[in-house]
Amino acid sequence: MGLLSDTGKYFLLMKRVFVLPDRGRMFFRQFPKELEKLGLESLPIVIIISVFIGAIMTIQTKLNTENPLLPTYSTGLVTRDTLLLEFSSTIMCLILAGKVGSNIASEIGTMRITEQIDALEIMGVNSANYLILPKITAFVVMMPFLVIFSMAVGLIGGYLVGAFTDVITTADYLLGIQYAFIPYYVFYSIVKSVAFAFVISSVAAFYGYYAYGGALDVGKASTNAVVNGSILILFFNLLITNLMLN
Amino acid sequence: MIEVKNINKSFEENHVLKNVSAIFEAGKTNMIIGQSGSGKTVLMKSIIGLHRIDSGRIEYDGRNLPDMKMKEIRLLRREVGMLFQGSALFDSLSVLENVMYPLEMFSDFSKPEMIDRAYFCLKHVNLEEKAYGLAPSEISGGMQKRVAIARAIALQPKYLFCDEPNSGLDPRTSLVIDQLIHEITQEFDITTIINSHDMNSVMEIGENIIFIEKGEMAWQGNKDDIFHVDNEALNDFVFASELFKKVKATNQ
Repeated sequence: MGLLSDTGKYFLLMKRVFVLPDRGRMFFRQFPKELEKLGLESLPIVIIISVFIGAIMTIQTKLNTENPLLPTYSTGLVTRDTLLLEFSSTIMCLILAGKVGSNIASEIGTMRITEQIDALEIMGVNSANYLILPKITAFVVMMPFLVIFSMAVGLIGGYLVGAFTDVITTADYLLGIQYAFIPYYVFYSIVKSVAFAFVISSVAAFYGYYAYGGALDVGKASTNAVVNGSILILFFNLLITNLMLN
Repeated sequence: MIEVKNINKSFEENHVLKNVSAIFEAGKTNMIIGQSGSGKTVLMKSIIGLHRIDSGRIEYDGRNLPDMKMKEIRLLRREVGMLFQGSALFDSLSVLENVMYPLEMFSDFSKPEMIDRAYFCLKHVNLEEKAYGLAPSEISGGMQKRVAIARAIALQPKYLFCDEPNSGLDPRTSLVIDQLIHEITQEFDITTIINSHDMNSVMEIGENIIFIEKGEMAWQGNKDDIFHVDNEALNDFVFASELFKKVKATNQ
């Protein structure tokens, strides 16, 4: 019953969010700020995680495929496909659900409990549209760039393993990451990430917007946003993968 | 003028407002007083439309709020200013930007005109110019209330609501805020409704006082009448402190 009620509330909130802004210039003033806050400020964590995971994945793949029957380029190929198909879209989005989701939920939740949202409503502003629309659109716009960036940096991480260790040669690695490349995988990954970006930002905004009480409740809203956002990401991952790759 | 007629509001089994009727006059500081839990905040939020009432009428100069559609309510709210208990200033904006916000949202002013209007409002509440560029967290509670008043009057509202305007303020700053609200009310002929349980405020600026007891309107009058009332609940509430008992004895 609670799930049905929350789902209904979520869609009603989205109905209020996706209308033309009261003042276009206010939206376009807020939008670049959100691009910076939700997108550009996520770059450092994307870089750090991607480069390490790319490197670790290369080492582990090499160690697990020590077989003279397998071609030497297979390590690069497996690393590339894992990064493209799953890591840079799904795993990166799960990580960003924590960073961005909690940021959105706590910001909007704090505005709710300090009556700032009531103040907007009293002024006659559509608070849902004013606060949430720039966040969702900014994150949806930024996410494909973050994903492509993660793919590139992850591949560089694998290359560094070749350059600084004797696990794999750079020549084998470079051959592997170019071998049998399927551009559709990048498209599939971007489509997934756009859907996940929408899920992360809208679910977090929903929990923040309906936060009630005090600081503890904002923390609870933030936790709920991350947990439920992550579960929905996994669900949509299955759905989209089945639709696009099966 | 705002008139409420026989309004009822329940939260599940809890009947909070019971047939409340009252008139809030223009150009006067109308005060809703009552003990904690008496229903005064619910009454104010119902009048503004943050709570949907179960029955009754809430007329803003003849326009009945419960009959309005959301779009009409939004238009009406542009005639409303509100001072919240915790000021509710936007953290991400400076003092000046907070006051300019309603102008940017709803006026057709040019940028210099908006700045002029915001300066006028901030000067009206006696806020020093050096504070205009600061964030709300960088100014005192009393200053935050003044900024909130300046923001509330930026669009020249016809109706001003103040929810516990003195909470968390020292007695001297409370007095300044009370007088400021009173002056603005008279100067701009605003219908002001103040929700308070601060008896100093009531005695200072209460021109039309509505006493709420257990969700019912138990008394209506002004600050002079309050000394000569034989309503037991009102007397218990107003003259709870020794100071006000002495004031009453002096008046009688």
